[in-house]
Amino acid sequence: MLQTLYAEAADLFNFEMMSRYGWRLIDGLWITAQVVTISVTLGFLLAYPVCLARMSRNRVLSAAAVSYVTFFRGTPLLCQLYLVYYGAGEIRPLLTDLGVWWLFREAFVCCIFAFSLNTAAYQAEIMRGALASVSKGQIEAAAALGLSKFRISRHIVWPQAFIVALRPFGNELIAMIKSSALAAIVTLLDLMGQTRFIFARTFDFLIYVYAAIIYLVIVEIIRRVWGLIERSCSRHLIAATPATHSRGQDESRISRAGRHGLSHGGSPQSQGA
Amino acid sequence: MNGFSLLFGPEGWGGLLLEGAIVTILLAVTTVPFGFGSGLALAVLKLSPNRVVRAFCEGFTTFFRGIPDLLSLFIVYFGLQALIDRASKLAGLSSAIELNAFFAGVIALSVVVAAYSSEVWVAALNAVPKGQSEAAHSLGLDSRKTFFLVLLPQLIRIALPGLGNIWMVLLKDTSLISTLAVIDLLRAASEASKNTTRPILFYSAAAAIYLVFSILSGLVQSNLERRANRGFA
Repeated sequence: MLQTLYAEAADLFNFEMMSRYGWRLIDGLWITAQVVTISVTLGFLLAYPVCLARMSRNRVLSAAAVSYVTFFRGTPLLCQLYLVYYGAGEIRPLLTDLGVWWLFREAFVCCIFAFSLNTAAYQAEIMRGALASVSKGQIEAAAALGLSKFRISRHIVWPQAFIVALRPFGNELIAMIKSSALAAIVTLLDLMGQTRFIFARTFDFLIYVYAAIIYLVIVEIIRRVWGLIERSCSRHLIAATPATHSRGQDESRISRAGRHGLSHGGSPQSQGA
Repeated sequence: MNGFSLLFGPEGWGGLLLEGAIVTILLAVTTVPFGFGSGLALAVLKLSPNRVVRAFCEGFTTFFRGIPDLLSLFIVYFGLQALIDRASKLAGLSSAIELNAFFAGVIALSVVVAAYSSEVWVAALNAVPKGQSEAAHSLGLDSRKTFFLVLLPQLIRIALPGLGNIWMVLLKDTSLISTLAVIDLLRAASEASKNTTRPILFYSAAAAIYLVFSILSGLVQSNLERRANRGFA
């Protein structure tokens, strides 16, 4: 009886494979966490100047920012990753002269480089939309009260923009977690890379399902945590909006898919807000 | 050789890139009816009164929306292959059937697109007032006619921006198929750069072609949206 039960369970959960290779998944998860955290942070820091350039009155600056955003949102991330990873090898002498070849030799650094540039483009658009959503009257009123430009930003614009941007930022974080699986293609042993490694050794298809479950759990945790953050940041707004949770409003909640709620260029009127 | 003759010369790789670009477009265009169609079917099933059906469809969507697209493709691709192997063994076929990589890619992309688009369709289905289908019924239209003549045109108008975004994602996701055995645009660029050791040139060329596709899609999308919104303020 017990033995048949064990055999049944072993069919669904390959104990031998997991005891032999399970630690690799943990290792991979750690690498994925590092890649995503570093890329999203660097991307955030880079996004702010891009966003400012995009909104600036200087035509050259804003055109440069628009081209940057269009390029990184309009081409596949995998293509950008190849460009960095293989491109670094091609300009190796130049990179050696600059003293950064030891960095670009690592797949890890190439991934972070490509992912940061990519997410910066998306985050810049999120920031632009959030900043544009603060009504002009607020800024004019603050200026009329004699607040300095910095104070208007610090106390009037940013707090309101932050709440608007919070949800898209969460979606972007989830999108980056999912995109980070591409790192496996350039030999990085992240969660996806380790999964492929184990599959190549065991030919057990189940390992892909296990990896999928790990990704699902991470995404779900972030979704929940983000929901909590959002609720605590917009406490003062909740009383004003009636608490209806019809299915139609699902769109407005943080989504598992990440970027798909975001407009990818096209009609300008559908962007922002 | 300089970059120009590598791309456009008689010995150049431009032809391969062009063929790859055509494969990329074919992949994306072939996926659209399957992906968006099954997405709509999923959305209708998600609103069904049957709890089991609803739970299954929600689970399907949650799964494929929550995992990396690359992983979805692998799961569908290798899963299909495993299913076919098992089926051919059951049928007693001696030689294994090889899955055509292009069609496996289309199926895999369709699954991802169906999961993403079902959310857009659900929102659209909820946005069409119930009175519309009631009115159609009271005019004597059967449910098939009600759906195709009354609801669908309105659904498409509402879903168009969302579907447009998913099309953009799909266009870029086709590049993931290059890791399977399909020579799409990105794979063509890889082949060219391996043979010439000029990756920057060829990946930039591929990126430029993708960019053209994206920008064109954006134009077509805003045109379609304008058309669909005729008569609406």
